[in-house]
Amino acid sequence: MLGIIKSIGTTISAALRKPVTVQYPTEKKDLPHRSRGLPVLLWDGDIDEPFCTGCQVCARYCPVDCMTVTMKDNPNYAEGKSKRKKIVDRFYIDYARCMRCNICVEVCNFDAIVMNNTWSGIELSRYDRRDLVIDLDGLLADHKKGRLKDPFREPMGVAHSGWTPKERTAEEQEAAAAKEESGEE
Amino acid sequence: MTTEYQAPAEHELETIDLNINVGPQHPATHGVFRMILTVDGEVVVDVDPVIGYMHRGAEKLSENCDYRQAIGYQDRTDYLAQFNTELGYVLAVEKLAGLEVPERAEYIRVILSELNRISSHFMFTGAFGTDIGLFGTPFMYSFRERETIQDFFEEITGERMMYNYFRPGGVAWDVPEGFEERCRYVLAEARKGIEDIDGLMTENEVFVARCRGLSPVSPEDAINWGLSGPMLRACGVKHDLRRAEPYSIYDRFDFQIPTGTNGDVFDRYLVRLEEMRQSALIVEQALAQIPKDGPTMVEGMKRILRLPPGEIYMRTETPRGEYGIYLVSKGGDKPYRLKIRSPAFSNLSALKAMSAGNYVADAIIILGSIDIVLCEVDR
Repeated sequence: MLGIIKSIGTTISAALRKPVTVQYPTEKKDLPHRSRGLPVLLWDGDIDEPFCTGCQVCARYCPVDCMTVTMKDNPNYAEGKSKRKKIVDRFYIDYARCMRCNICVEVCNFDAIVMNNTWSGIELSRYDRRDLVIDLDGLLADHKKGRLKDPFREPMGVAHSGWTPKERTAEEQEAAAAKEESGEE
Repeated sequence: MTTEYQAPAEHELETIDLNINVGPQHPATHGVFRMILTVDGEVVVDVDPVIGYMHRGAEKLSENCDYRQAIGYQDRTDYLAQFNTELGYVLAVEKLAGLEVPERAEYIRVILSELNRISSHFMFTGAFGTDIGLFGTPFMYSFRERETIQDFFEEITGERMMYNYFRPGGVAWDVPEGFEERCRYVLAEARKGIEDIDGLMTENEVFVARCRGLSPVSPEDAINWGLSGPMLRACGVKHDLRRAEPYSIYDRFDFQIPTGTNGDVFDRYLVRLEEMRQSALIVEQALAQIPKDGPTMVEGMKRILRLPPGEIYMRTETPRGEYGIYLVSKGGDKPYRLKIRSPAFSNLSALKAMSAGNYVADAIIILGSIDIVLCEVDR
């Protein structure tokens, strides 16, 4: 009997605490800065083109093969507006397959891909599975329209070994990518 | 005139054993697990467990992934103790590669693994209460505290379930600012939760009446059946890999190994409850010892890790028991063979011996007390 009274005491003391739940669709929890939604591409607002050069390093390292990337010559480079010789032509990510492991973000040479840390990277229910294959425009939309304000990106290994991608120029980055590609194949 | 039913005198009543299917889709089986119970009246005569519904071929899939990509599959073997399984895998890779992990990364890993042990055992107490029939209250209490821990993990790794945070050579990125204060807060909340569960269940007569003396296992049987983890320690065998073969930095902490006396269901619950307290102690000590800053990844880590040829068996203590990784490398960036020794599978194989002779309702409790994770059993 004493044990049951003790149990009821615990229940009563818990009943007096504040609730920890939130009423989800109307009230949303703040996501942490590092929240990993699904991957999106970043938009270079200065030149009006994506950061992505279509080097396919993310597609190659993806454990579940959810990405398809192709590359083309950059028309802005011919006009002298951009330093990127090559630019992404088509980019598809199958969000239904992606397991949000962050590896694409870690391996990207150009800071072009991040995990969406806003609610738009999480609320993605669709009626048809095929609608979850997102094309280039869809992937760029979040950053282009300013919905993705403060993405989190810290590459693994490279950052800790003193290699800071931000300080490198586009040529150096391309040289590194070309070197890596030739080393890989 | 009487309406009472009277058996015909010339026929003796015949009794036959009845087969009952529990699962594969049944809330009491903790996943897609099927038990074919053969019952005589209300007493279980035989149990035929059917597993494999969740088989994904994680071992084979890992053989097609490099050492970083395969960490994602480790999360998905034991989805309640992801950090512990990740730790076992990265330790195996590091040992074979001969990597010296920075201090700070080691401490971060131990803190997260032990908090994960607490959250996994919270899940056990909640689900176990539901198995016994205390639906709602312990489950909700457990989940409230588990939520605090998961929010903390989300702040560090960005994910709520599949963290993918430990890497061969350290951790993927450093913890955020204010990690230690946050961790102390989470620990205080978790301790409050442990006391709540303790107050709610341990002395509750209904709970004790259902659990005490149910399916006692002798230490000899436990060892012969290959039980490990809390299941083994509840039988009175003082064996914990964190003490028996200290891996990582577990030899620096002072903690007790709780053991039971007769190995019944109640002892398994008590051992887990005490283990949560001991894990909290380890986290507290680790927080006091952790270096304030420093690298969290081996210097000059290559983008692709290539291991020398060789093989290794690394066993670690996850909340369910001995989690073993057998890794064979023939050089290159992918393992030649990866074998996972999953503790829940070995513990589950003793189910037949433990539940024969008990009531059907008790068979559910015995299954719940094993604390199985079907993803890990079937991998």
